[in-house]
Amino acid sequence: MRAFAFEGGFVPPSTADFNLPPAFGNSEFTTKPILLVFLSVILVSVFFVAASRKALVVPTKLQFAGELIYGFVRNDLGKEIIGAEFMRFVPLLFSLFTFILTNNIFGIVPLLQFPAMSHVSFPYVLAAFPFIVFHWVGIKKQGLGHYLKGIAFMPGVPKAVYVLLTPIEIATFFLVRPLTLSLRLFANMFAGHLLLLVFIMGGDHLIKGVIGLKLVAPFSFTLGIVMTFFEFMVQCLQAYIFTLLSALYIAGALSDEH
Amino acid sequence: MKGTLNLVGYGLSAIGPAIATGLIFAAYINGVARQPEARSVLQPIAFLGFALAEALALFGLVLAFVL
Repeated sequence: MRAFAFEGGFVPPSTADFNLPPAFGNSEFTTKPILLVFLSVILVSVFFVAASRKALVVPTKLQFAGELIYGFVRNDLGKEIIGAEFMRFVPLLFSLFTFILTNNIFGIVPLLQFPAMSHVSFPYVLAAFPFIVFHWVGIKKQGLGHYLKGIAFMPGVPKAVYVLLTPIEIATFFLVRPLTLSLRLFANMFAGHLLLLVFIMGGDHLIKGVIGLKLVAPFSFTLGIVMTFFEFMVQCLQAYIFTLLSALYIAGALSDEH
Repeated sequence: MKGTLNLVGYGLSAIGPAIATGLIFAAYINGVARQPEARSVLQPIAFLGFALAEALALFGLVLAFVL
């Protein structure tokens, strides 16, 4: 079994498959993920400028599509979660959502097929925005001292519990929140891309094998296609969750009694 | 067969988040079945919980590669 499966020297996909060489030139700044990020910025801008340029009372299909996405972020993520002051944060949430969604979906678009977020540096930077914003609005709303006191000494707790609670709360607000926010997005995209690589590269290797292996190759390719659809769901879900959590953190900083 | 024990460890560590995700969606389905109009209230909570539980499994996956 063992010699059979590994006879041709199948190399399973690994982290090395994520370090792509520069697409052109010899610079670190012309690699595929960076070009994809620029492409996504252009795509998102062009799409929404085109969708909102000539706003009609009876919307065209393009305007309707734009308004559908905008309305989803504005109402379901902004109004529902942040509450009265939500309009200030809709631009941030909307940019985050569309940018992450576009970049994630690049992971399954033929020819592009690489989610930039599977490089951990991109999610780190993205998570820095909501991190700074929710601390900033918290400090602005409640004052620095009161805000920090609210984090470190949660009201309505017996005094002895603070020994345990204060370190946990401080770590949660300053370390765990930005880290989990970025690592969740990174790990999902990384794992998803790896999963697709396993099935497609595995199928490719099987079809080059002996006749018995050729017969099983279609199953691997089929699973690869099924997983592509599953990935599409995960990619949309992760963009949604990133924005949802950002909105929740902002809402938490705005409310007084946290 | 080549490979590392990391992957076996990752398989074991994935049991926890798997059970957690199951419990979260079981509770969500129960809630919606009992009170269908609560769906829109429960959905963000369910997905939030799902994301938090799933993140643990994915951290395990990343660590399985890193270590």
